[in-house]
Amino acid sequence: MTATDPNAFSQSSSAEQHFSSDLSGRYRLDNIFRIASWVATVTALVVLAFLLIDVLIDGIPRLDWQFITSFPSRSAERAGILAPLVGTIWLLFVTALFAFPIGVGAGIFLEEFAGDNLFARILEVNIGNLAAVPSIIYGLLGLAVFVRVFLPITGGRTVFSAGLTLALLILPVIIVATREALRAVPSSLRQAGMALGATRWQTVREHVLPQAFPGILTGTILALSRAIGETAPLIVIGAQTFVPFVPSFRGTGFSALPIQIFNWVGRPQAEFHVNAAAGIIVLMIVLVAMNATAIYLRNRFQAEKM
Amino acid sequence: MQTNPSTAVGAGTTFHVAQANYYYGSFLAVSNVNLDIPERKITAFIGPSGCGKSTVLRCFNRLNDLIPGAHVEGTIQYRGVDLYDKSVDATELRRRIGMVFQKPNPFPKSIYENIAFGARINGYKGDMDELVERSLRKAALWEEVKDKLKESGLSISGGQQQRLCIARAIAIEPEVLLMDEPCSALDPISTLRVEDLMHELKEQFTIVIVTHNMQQASRVSDMTAFYNAQATEKGGKQGYLVEYAPTQTIFNNPAQQATQDYVSGRFG
Amino acid sequence: MTTSQLPDSPQNSGLWQPNRQLSKSMELLAKIVFGAFGLVSIATTIGIVLTLIFETFLFFQEVPIWNFLTDTQWTPLFTNSQYGIIVLISATFLTSFIALIVAMPMGILAAVCLSEYAPSGLRKWLKPALEILAGVPTVVFGYFALFFVSPILETFVPGLRPFNGLSAGIVLGIAILPTIASLSEDAIYAVPQSLRQGSYALGATKRETVTNVVLPAALSGIVASFILGIARAVGETMIVTIAAGQNPRLTLDPRVPIQTMTSFIVQVAKGDAPTGSIEFITIFAVGMTLFLITLVLNAFSFWFVGRFREKYE
Ligand SMILES: Nc1ncnc2c1ncn2[C@@H]1O[C@H](COP(=O)(O)OP(=O)(O)OP(=O)(O)O)[C@@H](O)[C@H]1O
Ligand SMILES: [Mg+2]
Repeated sequence: MTATDPNAFSQSSSAEQHFSSDLSGRYRLDNIFRIASWVATVTALVVLAFLLIDVLIDGIPRLDWQFITSFPSRSAERAGILAPLVGTIWLLFVTALFAFPIGVGAGIFLEEFAGDNLFARILEVNIGNLAAVPSIIYGLLGLAVFVRVFLPITGGRTVFSAGLTLALLILPVIIVATREALRAVPSSLRQAGMALGATRWQTVREHVLPQAFPGILTGTILALSRAIGETAPLIVIGAQTFVPFVPSFRGTGFSALPIQIFNWVGRPQAEFHVNAAAGIIVLMIVLVAMNATAIYLRNRFQAEKM
Repeated sequence: MQTNPSTAVGAGTTFHVAQANYYYGSFLAVSNVNLDIPERKITAFIGPSGCGKSTVLRCFNRLNDLIPGAHVEGTIQYRGVDLYDKSVDATELRRRIGMVFQKPNPFPKSIYENIAFGARINGYKGDMDELVERSLRKAALWEEVKDKLKESGLSISGGQQQRLCIARAIAIEPEVLLMDEPCSALDPISTLRVEDLMHELKEQFTIVIVTHNMQQASRVSDMTAFYNAQATEKGGKQGYLVEYAPTQTIFNNPAQQATQDYVSGRFG
Repeated sequence: MTTSQLPDSPQNSGLWQPNRQLSKSMELLAKIVFGAFGLVSIATTIGIVLTLIFETFLFFQEVPIWNFLTDTQWTPLFTNSQYGIIVLISATFLTSFIALIVAMPMGILAAVCLSEYAPSGLRKWLKPALEILAGVPTVVFGYFALFFVSPILETFVPGLRPFNGLSAGIVLGIAILPTIASLSEDAIYAVPQSLRQGSYALGATKRETVTNVVLPAALSGIVASFILGIARAVGETMIVTIAAGQNPRLTLDPRVPIQTMTSFIVQVAKGDAPTGSIEFITIFAVGMTLFLITLVLNAFSFWFVGRFREKYE
């Protein structure tokens, strides 16, 4: 008997009559499926590449120092992104200022102190729910609460209100990132600390948090980079598109990069679309810088731990 | 045992293994295995952990093809056909050589579906309900689950799950049943039931079983292969076949001192 | 001392005087402060719900709820205003539906590719690349839809207008694709290897194993990723605002400009409506509708995952 016949196994019992599988047909389906899965993945990446290339081709020629340092203007050539750029940096700080301590604190509470009681469970469900609420709804909340009810404190349609709103928006993300980072710290470390007579908080502060910190930081930066790209809640809160001065913390009138981009995209003249593309490039540079920082921090601390 | 790979294999032989070396990448996991596994008998693989019993077993249905870098040198024939010949189709081969795993791994589907799945993909032409019942009966599970065929395969006990996996394997009418420590997750009662089952199945199938349980090996098997591992210069362990003989011989009168030590529990 | 029941230890010579009282108070303080931070997230939910209810209540004093639900025109900015929310919902439905047609099959295929077909070296690059796509701000996707995708579609879709639901929906699908792919991939990756082996050992091919064993085993995670994708699509604002137009119209024609719930809110918010005016409270009524939709989706996802999740040890 030659060994080259696939059906050469002798003594095949009665099974052959019961099973008749069309192997080549099954393999053909396998191939189609495999190719389809690759096509889907590659398509997604090709679209990403097209998006980036399209924006770069449109925007690069417009990108110069004048563009970065100018205030808005009715003429596209003289318009710039100084006010929105400063506004975005402002928002970054205000958002981080509120979201970071509150998010990390809530994460610590849930992971280290809450145990498994009703409050903890409500909190958990609530956070899951908030993560799926559209950002524009947060805008409505900010408009009703921070802009109107807290008007005396926030000054109305200001960087302050917008920062608070974005802070609420990314709070669930930071809480989840904090919990994951804490969970990754081995519980033997906590037991070691407590066995020496430290309280839970002492143990967490001295041993657990330092271990978890890089993870928390990375998660926070990624959350902030999401906040920076948000447009809809800022529009609802009342970000403006024509701000011919450097915005301040509680001063009326602020703008941000995505708002300016949105405004330019909506203009009928093509020159403004070029400005929009250039603005997108600036925004993407800010985002890439933040993400690179996050990755750098993660790698550095990971290397240190070893 | 000293069969020359080129000579024709006797009709009563299911697997013929000659001078086989099993690799994971460049790591030689098991070296120089020579075995002839007889038809419609139970062959047991015993030996300390890491000596390569699973590796040898999983190459019989080419399940190790799924591990990148895993490959075999030497001869492994199934009924006279070289298993690793290019023309041999692994999918079809696995239809003919069933396998039961160490941990029960029923699919998260109904009990019925667990059994019907293999039959369906392999183009079963007969009556599916009847096949499901027949297989469950053969696996001595029918009475326990006949009223809950629609329930999840994960909803029954571990011992029942393992018998479900056996039923699933025999439903596609394989010619061989490979069992890798099938009872290690089971209680003594379930273990005995599976052993009884093996005795019945032996009428129909060639069975190869890996076990750490000496009593089990002596109770159920006709032939026993004892594997051992030795340290290599590189610091790893390399498995090899020490002795392969009728179970009686291995347990009462082995040729090697190491075998004697192992089966009597006096092992390093 | 709280440890007074313990007998005095012989070494307790006065060298050891831990301030247990202070550490206890600090512990309590930390617990209370962090618990209060946790409350902020609950307060957010309450704030959202109360705000929406309050303003929506005002809205329904002006506009009968019956009209809101049954009118087939949406013209709040006209003198003869009509408030048929179905107009905005239909637009949201249309763009989300197109997005899902794009994102569900592609997302799940990409997830299968990453976890089953891509070699692990490549996978390390592919996954972060998909995450970059997830991090692109939606205003950028809007730009892409309007200035890149629409012109391309115009060349072969007859009657396509510059602003249309089709290109907005397609790009929306691309925007939610990484969410679906990444979460599905997590679920697929978590399916134990032993199930795959069990399937191969029965003579199943790779595709048969994936579609018959792996995907069903990961079903709850995959459905959860779909639901989150739908919620994102429904609530997404900038892509549809930029690319789908601002024309409230009851249609399922993807070639013409339409207005979704979110883009209506943007339109009004952009235009400085005075506080308390009818336009102003209208956006809260629309926001309430949007919120309820995502709430229902969420509840369904929660129930489904709880009901169908398989636990593997
Ligand atoms: N997937 C793999 N990749 C690399 N090496 C492997 C792999 N599986 C097993 N090995 C190695 O091959 C050798 C034999 O392993 P095998 O699983 O066959 O042992 P075993 O005799 O079945 O052990 P046990 O009784 O513990 O199940 C071991 O040294 C093991 O480390
Ligand atoms: Mg083993």
